[in-house]
Amino acid sequence: MSNAEQTTPTDDGYEETVWTEQVGWLDQVPRAIQMLFVFVVFVGLWDLVTRLGLVSPLILPTPGETLEDLIFVGRNLSTGGYMLVALWITLQEVFYGFLLAIAIGFTLGVIVGETAFGERAIMPYLVAIDTMPKVAFAPLFVAWLGFGIESKVALAAFIATFPIIVGTAAGLHAADANSRMLFKTMGASRMQTLIKMKLPMGLPQIFTGLKIGSVGVMAGAITGEFLGGGKGFGELIRIAASQLDTPRVFSLILYLSVVGLALYAFVSWVQRRFVFWHKERVMGGEI
Amino acid sequence: MLAAAADTPKAAAHGVPVYELRNVGKTYARNLVVALEEVSLTLTKGSFTAVIGSSGCGKSTLLKIMAGLIPPSKGRVALQGRPVIGPRRDIGMMFQQATLFPWRTTVENIVLPIEIRDGKNAAKVAETEARALLELVGLKGFENVYPNELSGGMAQRAAICRMLITEPAVLLLDEPFSALDELARDFMNMELQRICTSRDATAFLVTHSIPEAVLLADRVVVMAPRPGRIAEVVEIDLPRPRTLDMMTSPGFGKLVEHIRGRLDKEAFL
Repeated sequence: MSNAEQTTPTDDGYEETVWTEQVGWLDQVPRAIQMLFVFVVFVGLWDLVTRLGLVSPLILPTPGETLEDLIFVGRNLSTGGYMLVALWITLQEVFYGFLLAIAIGFTLGVIVGETAFGERAIMPYLVAIDTMPKVAFAPLFVAWLGFGIESKVALAAFIATFPIIVGTAAGLHAADANSRMLFKTMGASRMQTLIKMKLPMGLPQIFTGLKIGSVGVMAGAITGEFLGGGKGFGELIRIAASQLDTPRVFSLILYLSVVGLALYAFVSWVQRRFVFWHKERVMGGEI
Repeated sequence: MLAAAADTPKAAAHGVPVYELRNVGKTYARNLVVALEEVSLTLTKGSFTAVIGSSGCGKSTLLKIMAGLIPPSKGRVALQGRPVIGPRRDIGMMFQQATLFPWRTTVENIVLPIEIRDGKNAAKVAETEARALLELVGLKGFENVYPNELSGGMAQRAAICRMLITEPAVLLLDEPFSALDELARDFMNMELQRICTSRDATAFLVTHSIPEAVLLADRVVVMAPRPGRIAEVVEIDLPRPRTLDMMTSPGFGKLVEHIRGRLDKEAFL
């Protein structure tokens, strides 16, 4: 990119070398407008494709139809209709699933990250289970726990546990040699070293695990409802899809993504409160 | 070579012995490497000893044994008459990195050793002492600041305070200022001298810098590698307090030159 030179002669007869670095016009626009621009282009293309009849409306509804349905579903939710009941069930599954995943994931993460035995003898099994397609366990959970909310909670927790284990274990390994040596010279016990040094130092990684887990727990709850019945939001999506009511599927997914986003944002907020010293550099850390 | 390992009577006359090493050796059983052989050394009260040597001369092994982090294979290691068989509260230690914890304020970092040994209440009480120490090292006003707001030199000062808060009998300094830029390092070395003098501290400094060793120490222990051992103990008879100007004096240059010659010879034998 060329730089704009402004060499103006002054009275003294020398030329000042004042110049400014050029920034592309797109980068000068505020972020909100940039995001709006992408949104408009996306919706415009979508509208164009459906208007020209390139795709059957059964496969892809127009943005207008989708918006109409979004308003309809929103009204049903805000007036306490049957969709709110379904959403409440799904929220419960997500909530209990996430709590369960945090409890199990954190405990196993500490065992695996802190003890040599855990790392040598337990971790290989955890890695092996993690590589399995976890959704395939859904029928088993239904067989064990029935068609109620329990089997969905189990699948949601099952999917979300592993990132939390890995995050916690990695966090406990994050302590540098100097910090370990310092705690040793201070005569700290293993528990003190864990609580006063290793855990706080590993919080950034632990929260990364929690964030990945928060995404997984949503996926787990919805998949559980697809595969195991129930009365949650996933079931509404399944019914709408079976009736080829594509606008409904779209708007239900959008409302679900709001829930997912809220959960992610909540975990991020807690992280910013607790890990105030660590500046997030990972993409998507801010919403 | 063996004669060099013995303490000169002059050093012993300094004061009462605080730290005693007698025929200390360390052999790593796994690969039969002799890391340290027949090291005898006495640190007297208020003395400043510097250790210098090429890498692999066993100086970090020696420091770890003195800190009670690893056991020696043979010999006697005693601090204030009691054998060192693990980390002890009368040992203060400092590393190349300040290693302050970012979730604790400066004062909370300094009282951490107290919190670990005596609990949170004792740590709260020790905060008064911590504030006094911060004033001693020129960090007044930074008590409640988090470490990421401190410069490298300031962080090392806070680390000095954390080392001093338990009132240790001996200070083990593992290249404490080598991560700082040269200007800051000179300044911190002068600060270290001032702090040690004002508290009559017994200090043991591991360094890579010959001028730094000569500038600070009453005697410089030159170590040689394979096996790690003491090659020579050089008495530094420059007057105290030492100043940075002394570094350009002929006497200083002669001492540096002598130690450098000694190190070069050992490194290429």
